[in-house]
Amino acid sequence: MTAPTSRAPASGSVEPAAFAIETHELRKQFGRIVALAGLTMAVPRGEVFGFLGPNGAGKTTAVKLLLGLSRPSAGRGNVLGAPLGDVAARRRVGYLPELFRYQGWMTAREVLALHCELARLPRAEWEPEIRAALELVGLVERADGRTETFSKGMQQRLGLGVALLGRPDLVVLDEPTSALDPVGRQDVRRIIGALRDRGTTVFLNSHLLTEVERVCDRVAIVDRGRVVAELRMAELNREGGVRLRVTGLDGAGSEVAAAFGPARVDGEWLAVDGIADADVPRLVAQLVARGGAIHAVVPTHHTLEERFMSLLGADEADGPDEADGPDEADSSDRADATRAPAGADTRAAAPTTEGRS
Amino acid sequence: MNSAGSILIIARLTLREAIRRRLLWALFGLTVLIAVLTWWGFSRIAEASPITGPVQELGISQVTVALAFMFSFVLAMTAVFAGSPAIGPDIENGLLLSVLARPIRRSEVLLGRWLGLAGVLVVYALVAGWLELGAVALATGYAPLDPFIAPVYLAGEALVLLTLAVVFSTRIASVAGGAMAVVAYGLGWMAGVVGGVGEAFGNDTLRNAGTVAKLILPSDVLWRGAAGALTPPEDVLTAGGVADAALYKFSPFSGAAPGPLWLIWCVIWVVGMLAIGIFLLRRREL
Repeated sequence: MTAPTSRAPASGSVEPAAFAIETHELRKQFGRIVALAGLTMAVPRGEVFGFLGPNGAGKTTAVKLLLGLSRPSAGRGNVLGAPLGDVAARRRVGYLPELFRYQGWMTAREVLALHCELARLPRAEWEPEIRAALELVGLVERADGRTETFSKGMQQRLGLGVALLGRPDLVVLDEPTSALDPVGRQDVRRIIGALRDRGTTVFLNSHLLTEVERVCDRVAIVDRGRVVAELRMAELNREGGVRLRVTGLDGAGSEVAAAFGPARVDGEWLAVDGIADADVPRLVAQLVARGGAIHAVVPTHHTLEERFMSLLGADEADGPDEADGPDEADSSDRADATRAPAGADTRAAAPTTEGRS
Repeated sequence: MNSAGSILIIARLTLREAIRRRLLWALFGLTVLIAVLTWWGFSRIAEASPITGPVQELGISQVTVALAFMFSFVLAMTAVFAGSPAIGPDIENGLLLSVLARPIRRSEVLLGRWLGLAGVLVVYALVAGWLELGAVALATGYAPLDPFIAPVYLAGEALVLLTLAVVFSTRIASVAGGAMAVVAYGLGWMAGVVGGVGEAFGNDTLRNAGTVAKLILPSDVLWRGAAGALTPPEDVLTAGGVADAALYKFSPFSGAAPGPLWLIWCVIWVVGMLAIGIFLLRRREL
């Protein structure tokens, strides 16, 4: 796969809104089962936004509501400044579904051409768009193969190519790497990075926390149909510390380190939490000045997985199934009362220019 | 692009699928084969017949209507089996997710699918119908009342059943929907026979039952129109001694051109059913 080229954003008559996606108390109920209990979130334009949660949290339901593929039972929302379900706004949205199939009798090139037509791209743009998409996802050599002969991974690559046709302003990817090998996953990460570079908003729904951690600017953690936390990855990374392998101090190391943050000694290893990256050289200098020999300095950060587990608990992170039934509304209220650090309104701050390191 | 443009995209896609999956080629091959067999069979019947004149013509007309009935059955089955997987499987395998995320409405997808399949069926019904009637005329010289309109009625009957199957496909699994549409077709045909009996013997209950059945599913209205168009002219019937026979009137192989109100009802029925299909599809969770 190659990275998408930087091109001018698609023009639209609507003044760009500050947020690519905004929802307020969005609710979806299937009979007595509550799939989404009141989703309130905002996705700033130009960011890569991770949407995380255990199985049955309502992630795919939320994606379908955002794309107008399902109607909310209550609540409201906007996508690219237009109300949910607005047909015209979908011209500027690309979507890779989680479970999908293309017309098996069509070739990859024909599928892409069909979606160029469905996306209302001018015919003159079809050929370059199709060629760029095929190169982007590494399917040039299979462009004229029928999609029914494609492996799941190739189908997913094709789906990604389809989602990126026409330089959409918003790309919604639902588990984009679930069928890909490590090389494919790396390709997807590179493509997402390139999309961010050209100002495209990416809404990434994924179970793979390490994937999300690597590419996202911001994540929302959703549980039982509500956002229970929203994190900026840059902030999460600042919440780390450092581990040092030190000899020759005979316990004095923890006294020195205590000035920088909570410290503990574990054999030859000295761990210091909450220390800023900029202070690490000073800590090392002081330890050396006290006669210590430094064998290793290992920065540590709170991983997204640690934060995820602390918010949801190990039992749920293992993946409870879809809402259990009539008591779901009560249980989600209970969950909010005990877990929602961001409160009812988890709206994000203004778009940040801070990138991921 | 307007709504008509979106419908045409899906209709063209459906047509391409029919061509690529060799449905059109299969229908074309069958048509040629049946036309040749029709010509051969009717030639032998005409040669082997010990009688001539109006009675022979009456006999050939009955075999022609029987042939048309068989063709009508094949058309009905083609319509049902083409229409019953029109929407449901595309939802179940996720194909519609990527399509409907584009600027296209569910109603446009349904109407596009219907239009594409309707195009295939109408062309097949007209071409095959006229070819077969041409083969009969070539072999026997038999000229029914209106050989040009009969395939048009058959095409209409196929559209009615296609519409029913497409509407079922918005909510019901393909096999179940197809089976239901076939049963409905059979019941409609039987109700037509029952209505004919009521007509022949002046029984209002049976006649009304037939009328209600035709209102619910007007496929038999159009079949009777086709059968009527394929019967001999009045003078042949009179000479053959069956013009006023009650038995002839309720024969499953007899009929008459439906009145304009029935034709209008057929159009209303198709439009109304498509509206119901759109309503059902809009409310379906993907």
